[in-house]
Amino acid sequence: MSALSLRNVWVEYGEQIVLERINLEVAAGSFLSVVGPSGAGKSTLLRLILGQERPTRGTIRIDGALLPAEPGPDRGVVFQRYSVFPHLSVLRNILVGFEFEQSPLLARLSGAARQDAIEKSEALMDAVGLVEHRDKYPSALSGGMQQRLAIAQALARRPKVLLLDEPFGALDPGTREQMHELIVPLWRGHKMTVLMVTHDLREAMALGTRLVAIDRVRNDPQSPARFGSSITYDLDLTRDSAVPVLGFAKRGVNGGTS
Amino acid sequence: MLALVPFVLIAAIYVIGSAERRAANPNDKLLPPVSEMADAFGRAAFEADRRNGEYVLWSDTGASLRRLGAGLAIATAIGLVFGVTIGLLPIVNAAIAPVISVICMIPPMAVLPILFIVFGLGELSKVVLIVFGIAPFMIRDLTFAVRRIPAELLIKAQSLGASTWQVAIRVVLPQIMPRLLEAVRLSLGPAFLFLIAAEAIAAENGLGYRIFLVRRYLAMDTILPYVAWITLLAFLMDYVLGKISRLAFPWAHTDGGGR
Repeated sequence: MSALSLRNVWVEYGEQIVLERINLEVAAGSFLSVVGPSGAGKSTLLRLILGQERPTRGTIRIDGALLPAEPGPDRGVVFQRYSVFPHLSVLRNILVGFEFEQSPLLARLSGAARQDAIEKSEALMDAVGLVEHRDKYPSALSGGMQQRLAIAQALARRPKVLLLDEPFGALDPGTREQMHELIVPLWRGHKMTVLMVTHDLREAMALGTRLVAIDRVRNDPQSPARFGSSITYDLDLTRDSAVPVLGFAKRGVNGGTS
Repeated sequence: MLALVPFVLIAAIYVIGSAERRAANPNDKLLPPVSEMADAFGRAAFEADRRNGEYVLWSDTGASLRRLGAGLAIATAIGLVFGVTIGLLPIVNAAIAPVISVICMIPPMAVLPILFIVFGLGELSKVVLIVFGIAPFMIRDLTFAVRRIPAELLIKAQSLGASTWQVAIRVVLPQIMPRLLEAVRLSLGPAFLFLIAAEAIAAENGLGYRIFLVRRYLAMDTILPYVAWITLLAFLMDYVLGKISRLAFPWAHTDGGGR
């Protein structure tokens, strides 16, 4: 469980300003949903925290310390696509996290260490309901199962922060519901801070304890790249919050009914 | 079964053509009948040479395959090392990718005289010609294969704590192995081309050497079976590599590709 702090963060690609004046304090253990129109920079925000991109200006801190310049095991990630390794079976996709950790040179384990890692991987497979598929390759799994595998894989290194980049965007509605019911207990159980980028407002409301919307506040029709997005709404979604939640029924997150 | 029809047709046309020419001129050497080719091929395969006691076909095949194998192995190793580092590390890409793309454009046959001068007329210059001919293609092909790996997978590996080295050996290398085998299969044709060209110009044995040697006597009864034999060897190598790929990397062949 980790707190994130973004202070006056700007992202510019040359002339184009993508994000401007982002100030965000995320409490440890919260489930932050980020919504916004396409191209507003939601995924850029996620990549900043992931360490895949650097802010042009401003600082990002995790538990008070400056964020490392590269992705690392303290920040897990699940992308919408290409999140699991196609050349590894389900078990090995999860196992590989432990192998990276314990075997710097060969990234392979043997003997008791391997057995131990397999047991941990099996526990994760069990948590996402993939035990009976342990020796299948990802191409033999449905989209929902692949995303469940990606989540289990991301949890192997016990990340303090889990970043979800439209993780359920490519799934059909029924599967998406199942994923929602799966992710909340995992978030609770692993005591992580979750940041989920989504374009589905319903999903953002249903899962998050807090919702942040980003959008372009100012727009210069003569030069559309002149202004970037910043935070336009910041809602506390916990049940005891004073803020009304736009008439959406809350489910799941606080033990409510669906 | 349908695939056999063209082969049978070609064979039939040859047999008829050969018989026609023989009927017109009993000394015709251009289209020898199948029986003469079988004789010549049998002599090469099963009768020891009177001068050195060698079985010509097998010593030729052995010599050629050794050169081809060494050339392919070295070129593949070079392609793998450079392809992965260029594809994965931007700094290596910036430093050596331009030089590789220029070297790619040098016609390998044009440097053959240089290779003969520098490496002598022995085995080395022939192997180096094959390497020179196919390694640049391998490097570029594998560089592209590395670049085609979705960035998400590399980021994901890093977020699981992988170092650049671990990413290279556990994510990049296994994922380009099917493409590596494909690149070797595609290189078989050029590799044989350079092998036979080098053997034709300067060698003491080898399949290419033999063909160009007996050309002087218009010995089509030896040349044609040798060409068929070379084709069969190349076809078998291609087939075996395809099989290996499907057995070793089943995850890469789920869409029915890869023949």
